[in-house]
Amino acid sequence: MRIAVCIKQVPQTTEVKIDPETHTLVREGVESQINPFDLYALEEGVRVKERLAEQGEESTVTVLTMGPPQAEAALREAISLGADEAVLISDRAFAGSDTWATSYALARALAKVDAALVFCGMQAIDGDTGQVGPGVAVHLDYAQAAYVAQVETIEKRTVVVKRLVENGYERVSLRLPAVITVVKEINEPRTPSLRGKMNAKKAQVPVWKAADIDAPEDKIGLLGSPTQVIKVFSPSHREGGQRWAGEPDELADKLCELLKEMEVV
Amino acid sequence: MSIRVIEDKCNGCALCIKACPTGAIEVNEKLATIELDKCNFCGSCVSTCRFRAITIEIEKQAKEDLSQYSGVWVFGEQWRGELAPVVFELITAGRELADARKSELSVIILGDNLARASEELSDYPVDKVILCEAPELADYDPERYSRIVSDLCRDLKPEIVLAGATTTGRSFLSRVAVQLYTGLTADCTSLKIGEDGLLHQIRPAFGGNIMAEIVCPYTRPQMATVRHKVIPMSPKSSNGRRPEIVKLDPKPQLFGSRSKILEFIEQMESTVNIVDADVIVSGGRGIQAPDNFALIEELARSLGGAVGASRAAVDAGWIPYSHQVGQTGKTVCPKLYIACGISGAVQHLAGMSSSDTIIAINKDPNAPIFQVADFGLVGDCLEIVPLLTKKVASLRGVRN
Repeated sequence: MRIAVCIKQVPQTTEVKIDPETHTLVREGVESQINPFDLYALEEGVRVKERLAEQGEESTVTVLTMGPPQAEAALREAISLGADEAVLISDRAFAGSDTWATSYALARALAKVDAALVFCGMQAIDGDTGQVGPGVAVHLDYAQAAYVAQVETIEKRTVVVKRLVENGYERVSLRLPAVITVVKEINEPRTPSLRGKMNAKKAQVPVWKAADIDAPEDKIGLLGSPTQVIKVFSPSHREGGQRWAGEPDELADKLCELLKEMEVV
Repeated sequence: MSIRVIEDKCNGCALCIKACPTGAIEVNEKLATIELDKCNFCGSCVSTCRFRAITIEIEKQAKEDLSQYSGVWVFGEQWRGELAPVVFELITAGRELADARKSELSVIILGDNLARASEELSDYPVDKVILCEAPELADYDPERYSRIVSDLCRDLKPEIVLAGATTTGRSFLSRVAVQLYTGLTADCTSLKIGEDGLLHQIRPAFGGNIMAEIVCPYTRPQMATVRHKVIPMSPKSSNGRRPEIVKLDPKPQLFGSRSKILEFIEQMESTVNIVDADVIVSGGRGIQAPDNFALIEELARSLGGAVGASRAAVDAGWIPYSHQVGQTGKTVCPKLYIACGISGAVQHLAGMSSSDTIIAINKDPNAPIFQVADFGLVGDCLEIVPLLTKKVASLRGVRN
């Protein structure tokens, strides 16, 4: 079985600032990392491979990302964490893609690797949309489960997962092929092994351009994206308010009075 | 798609260099040049340039007559026949948008046995309630739900479709958007109709550190998911007009699905659902031990609220992940957030700093949480919280 994991390279911190003069994002000197949720997706992909091996089935884990050439670093890190191979989807034509165009390009690449089970993080910490995973499922016409907290069983044709929803969990059985987006609860990612690090170093990472995945110009990049960002700005800044100090009993009294005023009590 | 610098207008002021996130611009001899290999057409330079010297041209236009689309739809998310609280917030937003566009507001509900939900809506300022009832639709199914809503959108052509940014709303509306090849903006905190007649969608990104304004100019419907608790719930209608109830039979050929719900494991305790709670009491590293979470829970219970937690507390195994607030947990927006023993790392602030009122209790007077707290108590939460719980309880006792 071919397992695929979609990852995104994101800034190390989301503490980005807006330049007061130019009103645009300041991104200078910000290091990048693999989106935290995608590390859980990757770990789950690797664990499913290990479980399948115990059940006597061979599988491979392919990690994919769409991004600029420097996103290759994220893919090598993913190999050090247990992925077998990596593909970088990178072309100037992809620039400016929104979630529609991104999920389209990823789906074209996933179709090319012929993945039966696709893992994604529930969302990326820079965009915070959670739309790409389900979008990929539609483009590929695969089954879908979002916000998965556990992969219970995995068989040749079906997988049973537990989804985390607002008021509890839902156990769902999916017919493969399927796209699964994961929450943090699903596992504890491993640290890179020595062998993983060596694999990462010597791995060949092919770069697929738009033509390599048969993605027409009008479905990718800015041209293929239905939405347009017309402005970015800083949110209104929250200021610290009153500061109280004193004996615990005194503070609890004051706080209780405040809650009464707020009509919480 | 092309970007160019108008030589007559550019005076080499170099503001665009600073604006460019990809470092694609250089200024030589008082003229900006753009390195096309690096440019991603983000438009930052265009909006920065004071001389309108940079232009981006996108050869893009609508593929159909957009004027055939009209009306605002709110997705009436329900669970076992009961509407989600966010639906009533969406009615507020949807009503304003529909009035601004001089069009109708409809609530569309998929489910089974929807009499109660549709009755509940009859008091609200909604023009139409569209019901799609079938036993197969009782529970949320991503494939079925998205296929049916896409089909209805193709038939009835709403101009705007809104859903709550819930696990259901986010995961199924993104499917609809792909199926219809239209735009969807996630987790909006504000929506308005611009002078151009388009839906202007404002949403936080980068954990709330920046806001983005987004439009969907060439395709319909314009779709958005909306964050819980940001928009007030709609008041009941004042004119006594009741919505028209429209029952649509969903086409059975759209019922196919490759997933099946085996079981629902409900977490009954009211202290669990932090997303819908008006009051959240949260604990962090300062709670020190798992057993001490009982103190947080007691206070939450006495205030009728839910229990939240920082990542540190969840990673230490003191409380399940479903309680985690912050970047890798949930984003919450309660009326009152009480942070107990939480230092306030940026990742935590990302998930709670839009709460109406924030109270922080922390021993360290330099904890960053105090920078966002309306009321900061410097002290040990393990001492203060139980005292507060007792006082609240005795107040309640007096009143009962």
